[in-house]
Amino acid sequence: MSNKKWKEIPIGGLILEPGNSVKYKTGGWRVFRPVHDPTKCSNCLICWIYCPDSSIIVKNGKIEKFDYDHCKGCGICARECPPKIKAIKMVKEE
Amino acid sequence: MRQAMTGNEAVAYAMKQINPEVVAAYPITPQTGIMQKFADYVANGQVDTEFLTMDSEHSAMSATIGASAAGVRAMTATSSNGLAYMWEIVYIAASYRLPIVMPVVNRALSGPINIHCDHSDTMGCRDSGWIQIFSENSQEAYDNAVQALRIAEHPDVMLPVMITLDGFIISHALETLSTYEDDKVKKFIGNYIPKHPLINPSQPVTYGPLDFFDYYFEHKRQQAEGMVNAKKVIQEVGRAFEKEFNRSYGLFEEYRMADAELALIVLGSTAGTAKAVVDMVREKGYKIGLIKIRCFRPFPEEELAEALKRIKVLAVMDRSLGFNGVGGPLFNDVRAALFGRNAEIKVVNYVYGLGGREITPNDIWNICNNIRDINLTGKVQSSVNYVGVRE
Repeated sequence: MSNKKWKEIPIGGLILEPGNSVKYKTGGWRVFRPVHDPTKCSNCLICWIYCPDSSIIVKNGKIEKFDYDHCKGCGICARECPPKIKAIKMVKEE
Repeated sequence: MRQAMTGNEAVAYAMKQINPEVVAAYPITPQTGIMQKFADYVANGQVDTEFLTMDSEHSAMSATIGASAAGVRAMTATSSNGLAYMWEIVYIAASYRLPIVMPVVNRALSGPINIHCDHSDTMGCRDSGWIQIFSENSQEAYDNAVQALRIAEHPDVMLPVMITLDGFIISHALETLSTYEDDKVKKFIGNYIPKHPLINPSQPVTYGPLDFFDYYFEHKRQQAEGMVNAKKVIQEVGRAFEKEFNRSYGLFEEYRMADAELALIVLGSTAGTAKAVVDMVREKGYKIGLIKIRCFRPFPEEELAEALKRIKVLAVMDRSLGFNGVGGPLFNDVRAALFGRNAEIKVVNYVYGLGGREITPNDIWNICNNIRDINLTGKVQSSVNYVGVRE
């Protein structure tokens, strides 16, 4: 994000551009990162439904990757992954 | 038109003429009279307002903010603890730069519980980002209500405005005042065209997002500028008002200041009593004048220092007590205004009238004698004095 000066931004903290939260990278907040094991994954997409930050990228009905620019590392995906599958592991960020 | 009205009725009358799209309110003495009268106007179909009776002042201010952000004129009113209960949202209204207008009928803050007049309620949020305009009587409360929207909605300002009137002394006292024709008031106020209404599907906008260390400071800097700009706009609107309605309003009123060596500074209804005392004391040969602060936020620092440049002793009368150990809020602001500009002046604080304690012409006469003695002897016995408290 470019850092504009005080005279260059809308007053009152207003956001005039819809959908621009994608520009705000929140990945740096993460302590644990989700790591996906495609060999265990059944592509049930429960994790995709639960992810509060739309950070699970799905292509052709299959989990492709995590969006690590926005994933805050909440761990909901790993928690919701069915017990018999457990295809997502939370790994400490180094 | 000359009409006999209480201060509360005068404000409600102005609100009728303003005809805001939304009014959200919760009752509290002594403000209730405003909303009671306004509710009559709603019930009688004399206004088109969506009138929301809320569950608290916190909700009343929240609803007012929601309506204002949506893009319409929105008002509420409160007093004392009601204003204190709004506090979190009062601050947000200013931060979102919403041109809300709120009459505040001044009443002492609890505790101990008290329903009568002092200025501790509005002083509690004097730096919350709201413009604060004080009224001396019902006429001024009405006139200030008529002017407030034009100040708030000015593109260089975009800040909410609090207009204050002293609880019971103005709010419940019947006075005659001049009201203006509906269409003239309507024309003076003009139409409100919001720049970024929340309800506009073709231009979606977000109000109240998270704002961290990267931008919060810039938004506060903008807000500070709005408050500085307000000083110019308040004077412009005052001049436009004078042209239209023949009554002059500036940042403060100077009364018999031209040759004065001694002066009183007051806020609100006490100005009326104090002017009468100034006249009486003048007859005794005192060169005394008075300044009535109308615009308390933004504080007219430079202009005030200029108006006081010939004054030798100044009595600052505070109808509230700041618990900072160094006197009332008006005293502190006045001293700060004079610092570096007028080193010779002696400034003395007279705290009075807390919780509705009466202030009499005799009390003010004593203050005049006190500052005359200071001028003669050059000695200030006590820089903070309590007038009317039993010693």
